[in-house]
Parts: sequence; structure tokens; C-alpha cells
Amino acid sequence: MALGTAWAVDWTRRAAALVEEHKQELTHLDRDIGDGDHGENLDRGFRAVVAKLDASAADATPGDVLKLVATTLISTVGGAAGPLYGTAFLKGSTAIKGLDELDGAAIVAFLTAARDGIVLRGKAEPGDKTMIDAWTPAVDAAAAAGDDPVAALRAAADAAAAGAVATEPLVARKGRASYLGERSAGHRDPGAQSTAYILEAAAAAAEANA
Amino acid sequence: MKKLINDPEDVVSEAVAGMAVAHADLIRVETDPIFIVRADAPVAGKVGIVSGGGSGHEPMHGGLVGPGMLDAAVPGPVFTSPTPDPIVAATKAVDAGRGVLHIVKNYTGDVLNFETAADLAAAEDIEVRSVVVDDDVAVKDSLYTAGRRGVAGTVLVEKIAGAAADRGDDLDAVAAIATRVNAQVRSMGVALTACTVPHAGEPSFDLPDDEIEIGIGIHGEPGRARIPIEPADRIVDRLLEPILEDLPFESGDDVLLFVNGMGGTPLIELYIVYRRAAEVLAERGINVTRHLVGDYTTSLEMQGASITVLKLDDELTELWDAPVETAALRWGR
Repeated sequence: MALGTAWAVDWTRRAAALVEEHKQELTHLDRDIGDGDHGENLDRGFRAVVAKLDASAADATPGDVLKLVATTLISTVGGAAGPLYGTAFLKGSTAIKGLDELDGAAIVAFLTAARDGIVLRGKAEPGDKTMIDAWTPAVDAAAAAGDDPVAALRAAADAAAAGAVATEPLVARKGRASYLGERSAGHRDPGAQSTAYILEAAAAAAEANA
Repeated sequence: MKKLINDPEDVVSEAVAGMAVAHADLIRVETDPIFIVRADAPVAGKVGIVSGGGSGHEPMHGGLVGPGMLDAAVPGPVFTSPTPDPIVAATKAVDAGRGVLHIVKNYTGDVLNFETAADLAAAEDIEVRSVVVDDDVAVKDSLYTAGRRGVAGTVLVEKIAGAAADRGDDLDAVAAIATRVNAQVRSMGVALTACTVPHAGEPSFDLPDDEIEIGIGIHGEPGRARIPIEPADRIVDRLLEPILEDLPFESGDDVLLFVNGMGGTPLIELYIVYRRAAEVLAERGINVTRHLVGDYTTSLEMQGASITVLKLDDELTELWDAPVETAALRWGR
């Protein structure tokens, strides 16, 4: 069982749909501890990505599709989320460059490189109350899931969702929420939550295209 | 929400288009991607200076483009940093072969997008240096936060770096001057009300009628404390004390005192603030040798003010006094 370009395209569309559906929720999470634009910005970016999907080359690999996601998010999202998600998709797509079919190991390589890219740009560590608190458990869970890419993505999505919930009691140490100090506790990190949605889309797309 | 806008989607593009018409002698505006650039850019033989960040802080940065100050400004969506593309485009537009300085306010989004843009510009053989402004003493500069924010002090960094570029300093020297101004400038602000971001349609935070937020950033982000409203003099003391302690400023220092309005506070109140601030500095033996009062780094229609103190020396004073001609700041020409 392996995932191809159809999966990458479907992931992108599902991610865009999930982000749009939860736009207000993400913006409200951001309003609580940031500046209240996360949902709007991410929705703008994913709408732009979907608009470009149809024009992508017929012989595109999964990596090509996900690189398109990267460059479009960097160009359209802005804020901190644009460079962070953009770098994630860019490094992730580089890790699977040239592959037509992705097995479990390739999925883990993608997720690991994506996470490492975010760490490189944002310099956050687990526990800082950022999207890393969703990405890191996701990478770990995918790596532990064996060689089935669908199982790896499902494990990653579930771990990211749990990771997002687990950011609630944390005190933020990076990003704009860090200015709140102790007052940031009791709120879920918007970046961790959007990560959970994006990885949920990846898992759902894998299940639909397996 | 009552605002003089047409469509929230068009706020930045229409505002920038208005600036282009109003100040056609000074600037031109590129629309795809959006940035504001000196009408005569690139200026031969001069280091280019680019700043930018979320819109909603006008006149910063677009109103500060012109001879003696910025070569280009990149406005993002309201309160959201621009993406790397327009920053790269602005950088290319002002590069006259002597390199470009990016002046970046220390907000995670601004820093990441300018960093990405600087990488992309470098890949096209444009030499870029970046100076990150972090003048806000309300935020602790520690490993446990994103560091101090860049607020109104940015205007002073931009003016003085602009003057250094104008006199022909090379990129390293202009960057060094900007770094020095940042090291010598401290700010702190207060909000009396929140503001409403056009596309959000609701206030960016809740602040009861009888309370104020001490130590806000320029998007109304919280700072040190929320307290009941007090007389202006008492508030000024609360803002000035952490500023003066931080550097620290000492008796005998020459300083520039800058009282900045957040957009919704009238000048009559800013002068009340200035009066008290000047009084406190005089009591401490600190000489206010230069000043600036007005709305320069705003947060839409937020009521409130910030106080900025810059420690001057002969060179910084000379560069501050150097001619400048922008929409919002002009003298000497």
C-alpha cells in the first residue's frame, strides 16, 4: 500500500476545506492569546493553493504538489504561520522528492522533515505552546505505526489532535502569546490546532485514497 | 463597527492608492505585490532602507518613505506581516548596488517573513542586512518570550538610519547606526480602549470602560498590568519609570523624548503626557534636547499613547536633525 499524487491533491483540498470550516474557531483561539488572524490567514493561503492545484502538471509527484503548497502558503499567508507552514511543506516535499509512491517510511520522512523545518524557522521546542506541540507527537506516533502509510498518517493525526488539546495548560514561551506569560495558560494554541486539522486532512485523504 | 471603509478586503490597497495620489511627488506605489517606494528609487550610490509590517500603524511605515528616511515600505494586511514576496520586490526596487538594510520590528511574523525575504534576496545577489528593533520595555527580554517587541522607537531607528544612508554610509555603517539607535531607545505604551481590525469586525480585546492596559504592544497585546483608570500624570510615571530604569538613563544624559499617539487620542492629551514626561526627566537631571509629539506608530483607532526615550550623542543628534522629507515627517529641506 502506498500513497501517490492523488493523495497529495486530496490532502490539500481536504485541508483547505477543514481550515475554511474552522476558520472562525482558529481566529478566536488566536484572538484569545495572539492577534486574532490565524484562521483568516490560513484560509486565504489554502484557497490560493486550491486555485493553483488544477494548473499543476499532469506528471506531478506528491512532492511537487506539496512543494506547490509550500510556495503558495509562503506567498499568501503572512504572519508567523506563512513562513512556518511554508517551511514545513518545503522541507517535507524535499524529503520525498522524486518519489511517485509514498510508503510508511516516506511519510515519516516527510513529517520529520516538516517538523524539523518548523523548528529551524521558529526555534521553538516541545512545551513552548506552539504548533511543535502537535507536530512532535505526530512525528513520533507516525514513526511507531509501522510501514503502512495510512496507519502512519492516522496515528499522526490523532497524536496531533491530542497534542493540540495538551497545549491548553501550557504557558507560552514563543510567538505573540508569550507576551501574556501566565495569562496564556488555559487557552489552546491556534497553531497546534490548525496543525491537527491539516494532519487530520492528510489521514482522511489517505483513508479515502488507499 | 463604524469605519470609513468600503470593503474590509480592500482597506490596505485603497489606503495605499490614496497615499500614492496624495504624495505623488514623494512616492510611487507598486500594486502586485504591494509596496511603497521612493519616487526616485533606486537612488544611485545610496544604501537602500526597507521597512514594513502589518498595516494599521500609519503613518508607519508608508508615511515615512522619502528622502532622508525609508526607500521603501511593505505594508502587510492589517496587523499581519507582509509575506516575503513584496519584501523581496521592494528590496530589489531600492537596491542601487550598495546593499539594502531591512528594519524589522520584533514580532515573530515580521521576523520570519523578513528573514525568508532576506534569504531570497541574497539568492539574487543583493546584499541584505537586518536590524530587529526591540524597544518595548513592557516585555521581558528572556528565553521565555519572543523577546521585546518593536514599537514606536522604530520611527527613530528609521529616521536616523535613513540619515546615515543619505550621507553615504556603507551598508555595514548604516546597519551599525540602526543597531546603536535600537540599543539606546526604550518605549512603553498604554491603551485606554481596544481597536477593531476591519476584517474582524469586533474589538481585538476586551477592556472595560474604567480600566486601562499598561505596557501594551502596538496591536493592543497585553503587557504588564490591567489597572483602573488614573490621572494622566500617574500613568506617565508608570510608563516612564521602567523606561528610565532599563537603560538606565542617568542625570546629565541628553535624550530625545517622543510621545506617540495610538491613533484615537487627541493631541491635547498627548501634550498633557509630554508635559509630565518632560517634568519627570527634568527632575532627574536628564536633558531633553530633541522631541517628537504626535501619531506616528498607531494601532488603528485605539486610544492611548506610548512614551519613547532615546539617549542621544553628537552623531545621533546630527543624524536626527538631518533633512527628511516624507508624508509624515519633514524638515530641513
